[in-house]
Amino acid sequence: MAFEVPNMLFALPEMLMLAMCCIVLLVVAFTGNRQINLVHALSQLSLLITFLTVFWMMGEGGLTFSETYIKDPLSDILKLAICLVNMLVLSYSYSYLQARKLLQGEFYVLALFATLGMLVMVSAHHFLTLYLGLELMSLCLYAMVAMQRDSFAATEAGMKYFILGALASGMLLYGMSIIYGVTGELGIQAIAVALDTEELNQTVLSLGIVFLVIGIGFKFGAVPFHMWLPDVYQGAPTAITLFVASAPKIAAFALLIRILTEGMGDMLSVWRDMLIMLAVLSIILGNLLAIAQSNLKRMLAYSTISHVGFLLLGVLAGTQAGYAAALFYTLVYALMTLGSFGMILLLSREGFEAEEIEDFKGLGQRHPWHALMMLLLMFSMAGIPPLAGFYAKLGVIKSVVDVNLLAVAIVAVVMSVIGAYYYLRVVKVMFFDTATDKPHIAATTSMQYLLSGNVLAVLLLGLFPGSLFALCSRIFS
Amino acid sequence: MEKLLFYFFAGILLFAATMVITVRNPVRAALFLVLAFFTSAAIWLMLEAEFLAISLVLVYVGAVLVLFLFVVMMLDIDTSALKEGFTRYLPLGLLVAVLIVLELIAVLGAANFGLDQVPVPEGSDESNTKTLGRLLYTVYVYPFEIASVILTVAIVAAITLTLRPNKRKTQDPAEQVKVRSKDRVRLVKMASEKRQDGKGKP
Repeated sequence: MAFEVPNMLFALPEMLMLAMCCIVLLVVAFTGNRQINLVHALSQLSLLITFLTVFWMMGEGGLTFSETYIKDPLSDILKLAICLVNMLVLSYSYSYLQARKLLQGEFYVLALFATLGMLVMVSAHHFLTLYLGLELMSLCLYAMVAMQRDSFAATEAGMKYFILGALASGMLLYGMSIIYGVTGELGIQAIAVALDTEELNQTVLSLGIVFLVIGIGFKFGAVPFHMWLPDVYQGAPTAITLFVASAPKIAAFALLIRILTEGMGDMLSVWRDMLIMLAVLSIILGNLLAIAQSNLKRMLAYSTISHVGFLLLGVLAGTQAGYAAALFYTLVYALMTLGSFGMILLLSREGFEAEEIEDFKGLGQRHPWHALMMLLLMFSMAGIPPLAGFYAKLGVIKSVVDVNLLAVAIVAVVMSVIGAYYYLRVVKVMFFDTATDKPHIAATTSMQYLLSGNVLAVLLLGLFPGSLFALCSRIFS
Repeated sequence: MEKLLFYFFAGILLFAATMVITVRNPVRAALFLVLAFFTSAAIWLMLEAEFLAISLVLVYVGAVLVLFLFVVMMLDIDTSALKEGFTRYLPLGLLVAVLIVLELIAVLGAANFGLDQVPVPEGSDESNTKTLGRLLYTVYVYPFEIASVILTVAIVAAITLTLRPNKRKTQDPAEQVKVRSKDRVRLVKMASEKRQDGKGKP
């Protein structure tokens, strides 16, 4: 095979990120936890540098590193989103982790390496790099979930996540090996070409796709591969739940798009049925089970499952508009998750986790501004206009209707009405129940401002969804 | 002859793999895993993938499994706790397993993956090691680098989860030398107990 010298410049964000990971690792190794503020600042700086580099390099793109790496508008926008989301996650987590003695250098090292894994995944255009990026990210996440060693729930969550995650990775690998067996290719583009030009064995291809979909479904947490999600979300310390819940979903979206639509685009009729099953089950089960929860983190976990179902709706439509709607949904979902888990972090203080819905009782009297923010978030998640969540839901449902999958769309609409119940319950508890005590807010002022900004972004995106929507459509065109 | 050898090794491999998950004793399971690795190395040798075969034996059998055996021997694994619920979940598990196996056989059987379906790749004259080395550092240099990052993360994660600075058991020789017998031994006088049921002599 002739070897072409790769265009290394395309991978500059990853290289900078890796270099910064190593610097932070060294700083942590030599200063321990004494200079934790320096480590925090360095981590934020590395995310910022990566963000700016990606932003600066937007535009031209292409395949490089022997077609294992791709730089295209999709990878650019997802990388920007991942860096931004992780910067917010680190800022929100600071005081929570500090109060629980979890503010260790290792947290930052693992978070940065996980970010690197996400960047690799987003830019991967080869089964090998996709898998390696996924593993890099997942390994960090497993360790982060189990970091609170004294907590039984966190250790159990970490163990569950690890075992089920390893199983899912195995499934994904098996699917990839079957696809390789049929097409003789591992590169996404080469597979797409092979599917397009050659007469291949459809039965075996379908079997391979089944395993791929299982692997992807697990990483998203779609029913019936959702078992790990509520336990991990509830068991892990809230700051780490926030990390697991937000940016990895953006990376998983890249995994889905690269494998199913860019690689297996010709097999749409095969994987569409599987995704319909996953999406409908996720929407139904996620919404119904969320009603029964009294723990807010667990409720948000089930609501995540239903959001994943909605996101899959856009992809299974199989149209460019559908992919764009799914991308919009992913970005909005990441923002809303940041806000809602951020709110739990904001109200938590030393020795107290604001993770029960009861803990939000009377928030409207205690802290009207924060209660208003939470109200906006819950309304957005329920899909009430004029918030971003509404346009996200509208977009995916519209794309499903456009391809004449009316039954699926009806299920989605009915279930989102049912889902509104548990979001509104939180609002009711906040505004119509009286508070039992009036604790102060321990979070730093900067975090309160950031969180407010985050929620107002959700509102702004709802009032003016046009620009982001246009951006998403331009990427898939 | 080659076919015969393949079936011989494949048979042993399947047997060893089944034993790994069915034997009671974890040490035996690990030893069967060694056997499974050896036979798969033999199959790779027959495919003319010498480098992979040798590295499988060296890395997995030589290093990883020896460590694994150490860990298994040091851990006190309660096998009865592991078996809990085994019979309860057996019917469902068996049903699912049989279904999956049947489906896989139907798809991956001789009809789709038979010898006439998949052309035998042409052997190359070049050495296996050389080809692999060249590919790793040229075409697959990017995945190769990521793999190295993953290994770094693995060690960071392992240390994060196991090292606890404030609970470390360390020895202080000075303290050990200074110790006196009365620091360690305490003599306690106790009255002899009477038997509760009143039978026999106290």
